[in-house]
Amino acid sequence: MLKTLIGRFFQGILVLFVLFTVTFFLIKELPGGPFKSGEKAIPEHIRLKIEAYYGLDKPVQVQYYRALTNLLKGDPGLSLRLEGREVTEIISQAFPVSLQLGLVAMLIAISIGIPLGVIAAWKKNTLIDYSAMALAMIGICVPAFVIGPLLADQFGRRSNLLPAVGWDPTHPSSWFLPALTLGLATAAYLSRLTRAGMLEILSQDYIRTAKAKGVGSFRMLVRHSLRGGIIPAVAFIGPAFAGIISGSVVIESVFAMPGLGTHFIKSIEVGDSPVILGSVMLYGSLIIIANFLTDLLGLWLNPRLRASR
Amino acid sequence: MSELTLEPSSSLWKDAGHRLSRNRAAMVSVVALSLIIAACLILPAIPGLILNPDLQNLPNKNISPSAGHWFGTDHLGRDILSRVLSGGRISIAVGFITTLVSVTIGVCWGALSGYAGGKTDAFMMRIVDILYALPFLIVVILLGKTLEPLTAELTRIVVGWFSPAGSSSASINKTTAWVEPITTLVPLFIAIGALSWLTVSRIVRAQVQSVAKQEFVEAARSLGLGHFRILFRHILPNTLGPIIVYTTLTIPGIMLLEATLSFLGLGVKPPYSSWGILIDEGANRMLSNPWLLFFPTLFFATTLFALNFLGDGLRDALDPKSAKD
Repeated sequence: MLKTLIGRFFQGILVLFVLFTVTFFLIKELPGGPFKSGEKAIPEHIRLKIEAYYGLDKPVQVQYYRALTNLLKGDPGLSLRLEGREVTEIISQAFPVSLQLGLVAMLIAISIGIPLGVIAAWKKNTLIDYSAMALAMIGICVPAFVIGPLLADQFGRRSNLLPAVGWDPTHPSSWFLPALTLGLATAAYLSRLTRAGMLEILSQDYIRTAKAKGVGSFRMLVRHSLRGGIIPAVAFIGPAFAGIISGSVVIESVFAMPGLGTHFIKSIEVGDSPVILGSVMLYGSLIIIANFLTDLLGLWLNPRLRASR
Repeated sequence: MSELTLEPSSSLWKDAGHRLSRNRAAMVSVVALSLIIAACLILPAIPGLILNPDLQNLPNKNISPSAGHWFGTDHLGRDILSRVLSGGRISIAVGFITTLVSVTIGVCWGALSGYAGGKTDAFMMRIVDILYALPFLIVVILLGKTLEPLTAELTRIVVGWFSPAGSSSASINKTTAWVEPITTLVPLFIAIGALSWLTVSRIVRAQVQSVAKQEFVEAARSLGLGHFRILFRHILPNTLGPIIVYTTLTIPGIMLLEATLSFLGLGVKPPYSSWGILIDEGANRMLSNPWLLFFPTLFFATTLFALNFLGDGLRDALDPKSAKD
């Protein structure tokens, strides 16, 4: 058990190192560059001075080493796009918005997806099952950037129930629409996985025994089947969280939110390497932590896995 | 000899085909999919049948669906029907070609890994684990953006093939007009394809491992066949079922990804349109001109629905477990 965890830890470090290296060299190959393109052309001698100021005139291996040590110290340096602003400052302002959005979306996805899947499995091959799965298919097939504006229009503009755009950390009502939009696709996948997992469990002998002993259907579903039935869905939560983190890039642009995704897209367009590196590494670490926690949860839910290790 | 060996496998496919044909959702999907693909591929190719998708006609802007323009027109007076059909070509091309790239890499990687076993297998799967942990969309965006200069280079090379040096500028422009829509997509193909083969490789590896233990593989080996021949001629054909199912389910995911990237301004670039771009444009004007959003979304969602239902149907049909009932 401990050995697996330690192995996982070192693998996580390796992943982050690979991610850093790949990102660093991709950024170096990005077309344009922070001071080469843009609306105002910068005179050659001034551009060289600016690049020297940011250390962009040094050989690539020196830049690589410097970026790596800076990152290990927890300080990626200055943004190239937003003059005079620290990357840490940009991230610490924008990231809480994205994190809050992601967590609320995950919560919504779990609280819609898993019950829907359980009900669909319980009422297998009935109208309820078919409509639940059709709903899930819509969630998978209609892109978030269509659902987002539709929801914003319906609940925001027409009925004025919820704010249609923007994000106010102190007003939970402004969280709901973006988080719902972001969580819908994940909810859909979770419901399909839960349904399949529950069907597998519900066909087991011990469930038949429980039924024969007269256990009520609610008790049978929740006490006897749920723990085994949601294992596939739980295994998906790690990757789903990764999807939600990346998906927030789209949702932030739909709902005009000041999150990290917005900064990321803008930084990629102008080649702002410290911000790109900083945010990619942050995204990467989050995903690794989420996968790790998912593994732990899976071990807790499934004693057979524990025994085999 | 060859007939004897083919007999059981062809009956497996016949069984699967029979089961699939009884699945109503899958059959409706096949019909819908064929209609949409045929419409997108054939109709724009017939000269004079539909309007030029890029033809701007400002006096006719913002017309709601009518006899002249079945799907209406946009703010520049462009015909939405022809834009949906020609945009569909791009979306379908991205979906199918990228899936081909991704499945090819995944099948080769997984097959080699599963067949080699031991340390090679462990090493190859560790690489897959590492790539799995990368933030997918983020890396695809970065990779696609980095590969963008490739487009200009490729366009120049391909145009060079068809219009050798000394051709008139008119002929060069004409060639560029049909070469460029394809080359602008190449960075997207590579970026998505390079990162989406992981799940296929795991599926194929597991399949290859189980097939490789069977007697007919041992027989092939004792006949002195080479590893390459055993793997690609004898083992891989037996893993086709899961590969086909997974391919069918990958295409809609990749089409969705293309739409998302185009929405973020990182995929297909105007003037070339895809369903993703049309949906984005429609979403911006959905209050005044809802048809701009409705028709592209209808085509896009129907295609995705059909592919997903077909994939599910194929999985049920090819699953040996479902053969029992």
